[in-house]
Amino acid sequence: MNFLVLSLIKMAVVMFVLMTTLAYLQWIERKVIAHVQLRVGPRRVGPHGLLQPLADVIKLITKEGMVPSHVQTVFYLLAPFVAVTFALISISVIPFGPVIDIAGVKTQMGLTDLSIGVLFILGVSGMGVYGVALAGWSSNNKYALLGGLRSSAQMISYELPMALALASPLLVLNTLSFREIVAKQSFYYFGFVPNWSIFHSPFPQIIAFIVFVIAAFAETNRVPFDLPEAENELVAGFHTEYSSMKFASFFMAEYANMITVSCVAALLFLGGWQPPFPAEYGSKFIPSMVFVGSALLCFYHAANPARPFDKLTLPVVGVVSLVLAGLYLVPLAQTILLPLFWFGAKVGAILFVFIWIRATLPRFRYDQLMKFAWLFLFPIAMINLFATSLAVALTAK
Amino acid sequence: MDQILFIVFAAIAVLCGINLVLQSHPISSALSLVGVMGALALIYLQLGGEFIAAAQLIVYAGAIMVLFIFVIMLLNAGRERETPRRLWVRWAGLPLLFLFIALMAYVVQRILPPSDEVRFGSYTFGTAEAIGTRLFTTYLLPFEITSVLILIAIVGAIVLARKEVE
Repeated sequence: MNFLVLSLIKMAVVMFVLMTTLAYLQWIERKVIAHVQLRVGPRRVGPHGLLQPLADVIKLITKEGMVPSHVQTVFYLLAPFVAVTFALISISVIPFGPVIDIAGVKTQMGLTDLSIGVLFILGVSGMGVYGVALAGWSSNNKYALLGGLRSSAQMISYELPMALALASPLLVLNTLSFREIVAKQSFYYFGFVPNWSIFHSPFPQIIAFIVFVIAAFAETNRVPFDLPEAENELVAGFHTEYSSMKFASFFMAEYANMITVSCVAALLFLGGWQPPFPAEYGSKFIPSMVFVGSALLCFYHAANPARPFDKLTLPVVGVVSLVLAGLYLVPLAQTILLPLFWFGAKVGAILFVFIWIRATLPRFRYDQLMKFAWLFLFPIAMINLFATSLAVALTAK
Repeated sequence: MDQILFIVFAAIAVLCGINLVLQSHPISSALSLVGVMGALALIYLQLGGEFIAAAQLIVYAGAIMVLFIFVIMLLNAGRERETPRRLWVRWAGLPLLFLFIALMAYVVQRILPPSDEVRFGSYTFGTAEAIGTRLFTTYLLPFEITSVLILIAIVGAIVLARKEVE
């Protein structure tokens, strides 16, 4: 098949999956936070509030797009566009699985593979600051300006520890292409310990992983680093003056950035789509076991319903899980689905940590935030980088 | 295809550059400069300088220009006022500029012979590995001296900006 058609199909698939994930990530976040705080979360629109994202999208599209009279119109309109564009571009270098073969067509799962993939992600995520900074400045509003300034300062500060934390696994793995990075993490020490970056010899990158995740929280403006939109002091921060789809663009950008950094963390530190233990110990049956387990749980709760409609909804989920479990046992589908399962599981786990922390931690004060970046995170990332370099240099052949 | 893309990016770079000078608001000018940097990065990428392209994007467009815009926002600089210029300066400026550019182009073409390596896809030493190897073997001394120079500049900046302790 010709390259252009294949690329268009892949783009359509990736875009559809990304957009759906974006919308449902928000639903999952609301649900998880609600359950952490002993509430039930959205449940009016559709079963268990499953159609809530759709309702939100319709609401945001049909709302009136106000442009306040006192703003710098060009930059005001440009800012959400910039934010969402640079947030969505970076997904193009993320690989989701190995090179696969469907009916004679060989293709890699993922849009493209740059030899400078990691640098590309760094560059593009650095450009994302413009959206927030411009939004804050062009709104011509004190709260928005303060939010924009805080955000720029925060993103510039946290980019340093993030880049240093990214550099140390690259030293160990010795490549910048995501596909090769994953390929170099595909072995097992003693036959069962995966050589993911966080366990990789000669220097395990577990500290770099933790620093990266913390810096990623700050880069995506998530709690506890959501100073740019601190509600109690800045109304809504940089997007105070935005409404309808322009507001939704910032929202989308934030969630897209979350997904991207989770993907990068999974690829660089957790071995991408490599299973956590080798196939000969049965790692390829894990997905089926998980889905059968969830099906059994659903059937049990359908038999003892807590609410009247559980008798109808839970069996449906159970049957779907059983079908998925069966699908994961088909040898032909396994080559495609297994990598996707492990990649999705790792990214999902990191995203869950994002949401979990939002439900748990309060917000930093601004000076604490800056002190934390410069006096704690930065030196630790630096020492880790030196130690890694030393270990790599000493063990080099 | 390469030619068309090159012309498009070159046109973007030149237009952004002109816009940078014409705009009267500092933020517009700074954003135009970002456009120039981005277009230049894409041209580097096209000519095979992958690492340079990424560095251009990360360092110039992503870090330095963000700092510029940050400072402009912080100082809340307004629209700059135009100072009146003499009549002959206004009329002679543009032709003289073109004359200067033509002269430069002529001189460059005379001095520098056409290189075989400056073709789309023929330059292959721009990867991160190649540049890293060169930096730490052939160009080790200049590289280290530059890093020391930057360190001195940073220390100097801190000393200048530090508040006096009484």
